[in-house]
Amino acid sequence: MSFSKSQVGIVIPAYNEANAIGGVLENLKQNNYENILVVDDGSSDDTYAVAKKSGVRVIRHSLNRGLGGALGTGIQAAVLLKWPIIITFDADGQHDVKDIYKVALPLSEGKADAVIGSRMKDNKGMPWYRILFNKFGNFVTFVLFGMLVSDSQSGLRGFSLEAARKIQIKTNRMEVSSEIIREIKVRKLNLKEVPIKAIYTDYSLSKGQSLLTGIRTFFKLLLHRLIH
Amino acid sequence: MYLQVVIAVFVLFALSRIYLRFKEGELSVSGFIFWLIVWLLIGVVGFWPGTTQNVADFLGIERGIDSVVYFSIVVIFYLIYKIFVRIEHLERDITKVVRDNALDELDND
Repeated sequence: MSFSKSQVGIVIPAYNEANAIGGVLENLKQNNYENILVVDDGSSDDTYAVAKKSGVRVIRHSLNRGLGGALGTGIQAAVLLKWPIIITFDADGQHDVKDIYKVALPLSEGKADAVIGSRMKDNKGMPWYRILFNKFGNFVTFVLFGMLVSDSQSGLRGFSLEAARKIQIKTNRMEVSSEIIREIKVRKLNLKEVPIKAIYTDYSLSKGQSLLTGIRTFFKLLLHRLIH
Repeated sequence: MYLQVVIAVFVLFALSRIYLRFKEGELSVSGFIFWLIVWLLIGVVGFWPGTTQNVADFLGIERGIDSVVYFSIVVIFYLIYKIFVRIEHLERDITKVVRDNALDELDND
């Protein structure tokens, strides 16, 4: 291992994830990750209490602002905490903790400024409509922002502290995933994609983007492109 | 004739609103000019419906009233776009406030 886990900071945006987040945090701690920040995005359930109880850092949005809002806050907090390697991780338990190492490694070796954990490189076990949805997301991201990646909607990403400082997140909701790709391109960051596993349970599937939010995200992105 | 009276009253009322909003500083200069032109045009069309025929002839549209409808749709689309942009800015401002509050929590840890 070429880096210490104490260099890694994990940002977890969470909205109404009280059922899943306890297990996710426990798992991270058992794997010796000590720098963990949960951004509770104005949950109406016990997400905040559950996260607090597990002893990690928790900050809370007083109003629900959406994934983009929570990720923006989390990344800004990680920059303030000066974590050398910043990882974003979903709260619903769809990521394998072991994959954090794969995402962090290119950052620690200086081979990349930003890393995306791609679920599409090995998409065995992913439902066909998810594959279709993700491909559509990649296509829209490519058309609007001119960067083709294999999994633009992935929640497991990594940034060097320098890269995290440069990235400006303006959008509030699901369109943030594509916005991050745009930022990587605009800031001329060196991007690397590594294959990761996606753990699809009924629970994590129900929490993902539905077709409707997908369509809404598409129009938001279009608007975003028109304004800026 | 009655229609002209109704339109005149309505346009004068709208113009007075715009003027007051502008004086209170709630309407920007460009907004004021935009609404002034829109309402004056509505007044002109109300009093001299024939003008729409001139515009229609100029644009190659058959009936005068059609040019009014086309123009209205363009204006409405523009306004919806403006409202979208405004809401988007508001959303971002709200996020900024919420974020700053959340980050304060970080310092207290």
